[in-house]
Order: sequence, then structure tokens, then C-alpha cells
Amino acid sequence: MRFLFKTDYAQDIRLAKHGGHVFWYSALLLLLFVAPWLFAEYWLAQLTLVLIYSVAGLGLMLLAGFTGLFSMGHAAFLGVGAYTHAVMTNAGIPFPIAIVCAAGLAAAVGLVVGLPALRVKGIYLGIATLSFGFIVEEVLARWESVTGGNAGIHIAKPNLFGWVLESGTEFYFLCLVITVTATLGILNLLRAPTGRAFVAIRDSEISAQSMGIHLAYYKTLSFAISAALAGVAGALYAHNLQFISPDQFNILQSIDLLLMIVIGGVGSVHGAFLGAIFLIAMPQVIAQVKDFLPATVGQAPGLQGLVYGLVLITFVLFEPMGLYGRWLKIRTYLQMFPFYRKGMFKRQKSFQKSDRLK
Amino acid sequence: MLFLQLVISGIAQGCIYGLIALGFVLIYKATETVSFAQGELMMLGAFGGLVGMTLLGFPYWLAVVCAIAAMALFGLLLERVVIRPILGQPAFSVVMLTIGIGYVARGAITMLPGIGTDTQALPVPYKDEIWKIGGNEFGVGALVLNVEHMAVIGATAVLCALLYALFRYSKLGVAMQAASQNQLAAYYMGIPVQRLNGLAWGLAAAVSAIAGLLLAPITFVHANMGFIGLKAFPAAVVGGFGSLPGAIVGGLVIGIVESLSGFYLPDGFKDTAAYIVVLVMLMVKPNGLFGEKLRKKV
Amino acid sequence: MTDILLSAKDLSVRFGGVLAVNRVSFDVQQGEVFTLIGPNGAGKTTVFNLISRIYTPTSGEITYLGPKGRLNLTQQAPQAVASLGIARTFQNIELFEHASVLHNLLIGRHTHRSSSLLQDLFFTSKVREAELKAREKAEEVIDFLDLQHHRDALVAGLPYGVRKVVELARALCTEPRLLLLDEPSSGLNVEETDDMAFWIQDIQHELGVTVLMVEHDMSLVSKVSDRVLAMNQGEMLAMGTPREVQTDPGVVEAYLGSIDDVSSLRRKVNGYVDAPSPGHTRV
Repeated sequence: MRFLFKTDYAQDIRLAKHGGHVFWYSALLLLLFVAPWLFAEYWLAQLTLVLIYSVAGLGLMLLAGFTGLFSMGHAAFLGVGAYTHAVMTNAGIPFPIAIVCAAGLAAAVGLVVGLPALRVKGIYLGIATLSFGFIVEEVLARWESVTGGNAGIHIAKPNLFGWVLESGTEFYFLCLVITVTATLGILNLLRAPTGRAFVAIRDSEISAQSMGIHLAYYKTLSFAISAALAGVAGALYAHNLQFISPDQFNILQSIDLLLMIVIGGVGSVHGAFLGAIFLIAMPQVIAQVKDFLPATVGQAPGLQGLVYGLVLITFVLFEPMGLYGRWLKIRTYLQMFPFYRKGMFKRQKSFQKSDRLK
Repeated sequence: MLFLQLVISGIAQGCIYGLIALGFVLIYKATETVSFAQGELMMLGAFGGLVGMTLLGFPYWLAVVCAIAAMALFGLLLERVVIRPILGQPAFSVVMLTIGIGYVARGAITMLPGIGTDTQALPVPYKDEIWKIGGNEFGVGALVLNVEHMAVIGATAVLCALLYALFRYSKLGVAMQAASQNQLAAYYMGIPVQRLNGLAWGLAAAVSAIAGLLLAPITFVHANMGFIGLKAFPAAVVGGFGSLPGAIVGGLVIGIVESLSGFYLPDGFKDTAAYIVVLVMLMVKPNGLFGEKLRKKV
Repeated sequence: MTDILLSAKDLSVRFGGVLAVNRVSFDVQQGEVFTLIGPNGAGKTTVFNLISRIYTPTSGEITYLGPKGRLNLTQQAPQAVASLGIARTFQNIELFEHASVLHNLLIGRHTHRSSSLLQDLFFTSKVREAELKAREKAEEVIDFLDLQHHRDALVAGLPYGVRKVVELARALCTEPRLLLLDEPSSGLNVEETDDMAFWIQDIQHELGVTVLMVEHDMSLVSKVSDRVLAMNQGEMLAMGTPREVQTDPGVVEAYLGSIDDVSSLRRKVNGYVDAPSPGHTRV
């Protein structure tokens, strides 16, 4: 059983809180570095996709999990980033500049979405972002001169000032570097005053304001950062698939992102990664299990949707803290063995109060 | 004449949106949860009617009544099994749950052998009938009304009157509103909160089923019908989320705007018209046309 | 002659047809404890909300002696109030439920943040220093209010009495010049109320903070207040020392009812009608 003995304030500020953290996360990073030599190409491609979705998930987690602003149209930012990057890459602009522009334009769109969002709360915000998502998708489809419309566009390989990334391994490392940077950035924000301001807005806007937090500025900032991350993820997504079309960034994609953070665990950085792993792994698992099911069930086209829905319902009902929450419970059990008590993580039974009076 | 034609078909489409929005608002008024499953419930209602008429061979009216009753029961069951355990959790969790329900419904229907993946027609008695109003003896210049559209409008009007009476004149309506504002206090007052919630869901499901049965002759029955339900959200927001008449009015506004923009504006505006309207509404009057602004007292 | 820190003149606010606050004027002097008393619905918390700029007055003005001189408070944005040195607690606790107590207090330090967004993103050494400094300040407040035991506990699991103290701690973390306390002792037992009285006195004398308070508990009011303003139905009733206000006939009537009301309270004992003796309060 580990007991954390704190001797100075800096311990609470450090990212790795104790030796165990340092060990395990170093091991994870090491594993990720040698992955190309450990895994077959197909699995490496899946891992790359997990990293890409994690970046998008980080953005949405910041917005929804940490600032409490639920965006149901997040795929729009993904799409803006993907298309900006695709158009620029095809025009010959090197990768670093193109991706920065993708992030920037996505952040700008995030600002545009965020500004009216300041006036609305809760479900109205969800509907506003949903509407934006539809409008952006339509714009991507109609603005044929730039985006190629519904036919989509192909993307050239990433070009880092002359160094063209041809292989899957090189692209994997690019994604890895970007993901690690993004994660560190988010973790830094969260332990600094900016991150605390976000959490304050999530929990009680009125007292956040009375503590001097400028609501409009921080809400808009949250939208911009989360959109920028989605834009980066979109750019990488475009390279990964090498072909993008507007219908890849529709409401189903937005809901997939939300599904990801809910199942991963809302309000935790780990949740973004766990959710991404779930999102990419689930179709694989279904594909493997399909053969063991009777043909009417296994080969039916609606199976994936059905499974997704069932998993989502199960998690919301029984494990609202998501995969990360379940991991916390397991870890606490192991740490406190045999003193773990069943009711440790029990939620208080809460009665529903009107959201309109919040 | 063309303008009137467009407006009428817009009204008919708007009634469908309004009915689904009515389902949202019913559930929201009773439990203050937002249900993203209404579209799928509508789809299930349409399929219910289809099964009744084709597989079971019922005559039209029997199939309709059975489908509505079945959906009402399904709504009750849904509330009891899935929604009740999580009331009191943050609104977002409930929304995700209803999205999950939608996925399950859509997936399950798609998996049905035979009818799941096809687009079927619902054999209604008034299919393809039209009325001609005015015009000369050769039928030129007449206002051509599609009976399917008229049926939608008529049924919506009747339903609204019934629901209005329910909420205005019965204890049930007041009790529902009390339970939505403060559940614990409602419990203390002896209001059977859980039964009311079930009733609200059953009612909302029944209304969605009616919408599905009305829409089926126009768009045909298929597993993706539920996506039309997404446009009902702008309708509910435009009308004001806590207002029943607002849901219908919002639906009509969206329907008419959509119909007119499909004809008069360039391509692409028809699909996004609803969403542009709702964004404008949220900027100008965030609480909708009939919504009420409530503020937290600190 | 001590400075006047806050001055309200003819303050009124109307919500639709309701005149919640009607021509209220008072001055709060630097270093004093000024209490607003009155029955429920008198408009006391509304006055607080006007000072914190949650509401805007329909007429009248509030002037405040800010760090850079006297200014018109009604022209400030709500989030600027904290950096002017005005902190408040809320009647129905408004803490950040899903954060620890320490986290809540650190959020209270927001107005003293010195790092920009970019610096936060890279967590530069400047940010690190600022964080450690903020932590030290928060720890001072924790020591002051004896919250060490609850430092890392999530607010959601804390009992009511502790939450009230955490609210106070969070307000103190902003290093205010004027502290608005909204019913600090409501829901607290006798012992906790005594602690609260000591803390308010310490805040006044040790920290030199001016306190503007809304309170119902008369013993607490008498113990800590320098001056009291009694309100009823949005209007001023009486202003003065606690003793003066508590014996003011208008105040007595507002709280207890007129002598006619009191004399109509009769009690049947053994079949005999028993009139209460004068000066006897019936609860």
C-alpha cells in the first residue's frame, strides 16, 4: 500500500506525483517508441488512429469535461482542420506551416462558435453547436471550388520542408510527437490558473465570476483551444486516410467523439486516451466476435450501431465515471487490499433539480 | 399559387417537426431531461404500423391504434428500465443515454432480416390522393392539396387540442411541472413522481409514433427516418424549450422556412435552413418565442 | 477620521413590478463590521448582489474606494469586482463541488495571477514560482481557519458547517479589502457560530479587512458588529449601533409584529384564558 508523504508544495504541482507514476509512464513512453518494431503494420496503423483520435478527444475533454460546455458538433472543427491542411498540403506548403494554419483556422471557427455560445447554456449550447456542425458540413460540401465538394479530395504525403514521410512508421512517430506535446500542453494548462478557471466555470459560473474570472474570455478560450486541437487531429486524420470527404465530418462523427469521452471518463485526461482506444478497438472486437454469432446476428449491418448503443447505455447507467473511473476503482482496490470497502466510490443519491434555476 | 403550395407543404412538414418537438418538450417539462431518442421512437412507430399492416394484416385504423399503444408502452418501459435509474445525474449523462437508446433502436431495426435495410411504403388508405380547390373547370390554376399533408395538419391540430386540455385543466399537468422543477419537493408533496415520469415518456413516445405514422406515406418507412428528428430540435428551441404550443409553432416556422428556402434560395440552404434559423433565434431571443427566462437566485 | 470604503446613495432596484430595494443609503467605514439585518425578503441579499454587480440598480449609485481611488461601482463589470478588493460569500453555498478544498482556495487567488496563457501552456519557471506563492497564501488562510484536516477532500463530500468555512476561506484568499458575508452563521450550531464570531473579529482586527455582513442571529450581530442597518421590505428602518437598532420600535414591530398582534396571542390553560405578560415574546 502506497502512502504519499508530502514534504513540500512542489510535490503537488509536479506532473508525476510519485515514483510509481514516473516508472509506469516512462515504461508507456518506451513502449510507444518501440511500437513500430513490435507490432505489425496493421496494428501500428490502428495505434496511429488511436493517437489521432486522442488528440481530438483531448480537445473535447477540455471543452466538455473541464469547462462544462458540451459541444455536439465537434466534428466540424475536425473537418475544418482536415480540409485546411489538405488544401494547403496539396498546394505544396510544408507540413508544419500547414498544420499550424489548420489549427489556427479551426481555432478561429471555434471562436465564431464560442461567441454566441456565451449567451446560452446547457441544452441550448448543445443545439447551437449541433447546428454549427450541420452548417459547416454543408459548407464543406457546397464550396466545391476549394473543397471539391462531395467528391472529396486526396492528400499528398506529409512534407517536412523537403523530408517526405513515406512510411507508416515515420507517420506514426509524427503523430506520437504531436500527441505527447498536446497532452503535456493540456496537463500544464490544468495545473495552472487557466485550467483552474475552466474548472471553476464548469462548477459554478456565478461564483467564478465573483472570484474575478472573466467568463466570456475563458469560455471563448476553451472553445478556441479545443477547436485548435480538433483541427490538428483533423489534419493528421486527413494524412492517415489520404482522402477526405464532407460526410466523414457529420453528426455521427461528432457523436462518436462524445461517445469517446463519455466512455473514457468525463473530466479526466486519461479518459480521452481510454475513450480513443475503445472507439478504435470496438469495431475490431466486433469483427472478431462476429464469426461466433449466428449468421442473422453476426452478419447484420446494424450490429455495430447496436453494440455501440448498448455499451454507451451500460456505461452511463453503471459506470458514469467511465473507463478511467473503473480503473481508479480497480487501482484503489489493489492499493488498499484487503481493506477496500464496497461503498468507497458510491455516488450520493441525488434528486433532480431544475437546471433552469442554475 | 406556388407560394401557397410551398407554404402548405412547409406547414405539413413543420407539423411533423412540431410533433417530434412536442415529444421533447413533454419529456423536458416532466423530467427536465432532453431526449435525443425521439426521432428513433418515431421511426419505431412507423415500423410498428408497417408490421401491423403487412405482417399481421390489420386494417389501417387497427394497425395505427396498435402501433401507438405499443409505442406508449415502450416509452413507459424505457423510462422504467433505463431512464429512472439515472435521474438526478447531470443532464449531459442523460442526453448521452438517450443517444445510446437511439443507436440501439436504429441498430436493432437495421438488423431485422428483410425489412430492416429496405425502404418500405406504408399502405395507407389515403395514399396519393389529392384535393383540388378552386381553379376553372379544366382544373387549371387550382390549388392542389396533397391529402397526406392535410392528414398531418389535421391530426396535429387535434392532438394539440387534446394535450392542451390535459395540461391546462387536469391536476396531472400541474403535477408534471412541479416534478420537473424540484423533484425532492414534489416527492414530499405526495406527487407520484416516478409514475408521472413514466407517463410523460409514454405520452411522448405515443406522440412520436403518431408523427411516424403520419410521415410514413410521405417519406416511406426506413431505418434512417429518425434523422429527421434532429431538425425537431431547432423547432423546440425556436418555440422555447418549456412550451408545448411553442414546440408546434417552432416546428411550423422551421417547416415553412425550409420549404421556401428550398425553392427560392440556392442549393444547400434547404438542409441548413433549420439550423440557421435556430442560431439566429439563439442570438436574438435565447429563450425562444414562448420560453421563459429563469435566473438563479444567489 | 477613517475613510469611507463603500457608500450607497439612494440605491433602488426594481424587478418587474417588485421594488426589491427602495432608496437605501449607508456608508461603510474602513475597518468596521457593518451588518444588515431584517426579516426574510427585506432585500439584504439583493443589496449584496448589487454591490457584487450581479444586478444593476435602477437608480442610485454605489461609490467605492478602490486601490486607485474612489470610483463608481455601478459602472464596473461583474468580474472586475474581485480585483477591486471586494469578495463575498453566498447564502446558499456556491463552491466548486468537484474540486478539492485546496483547489477552491487556489481559484480564489485568481485575481493575483501573474502568468499569461502562453506561459501557462509551457508551465515556465515563472508560473511555477507563482503557483508556489499562491499555495503559500492559501495555506495561510487554511491555518487561519483551521482547515488543514480537509485540505485535499473533495467539497462534494463535506458537511455543511465545513463548507461554510471553505466559502469564507475562498473569499479570504482573494485578499479583499471589503468582505461581504451573506448569513455566515445560518445552518451552524452554537459552537460553530462562536467560532465564526471569533473569526470575524480576527478578520477585522488581524487582517484589517472591512466586513459587510447580512445576519439573522442577533447574538452574533451584537457580538461583532460596530454598526447595524435594519431593513424591511426593501426600505431602511433604522441605522446605528446594535443596541440602538435592536431597541428601535420600528425594528421591533417589523420582527415581532405590533403590540396588537402580540396581545391577540392567547393560551388556553385548564380552560382558563391566559393572556401573555407584556415583554414576553411568544415563539
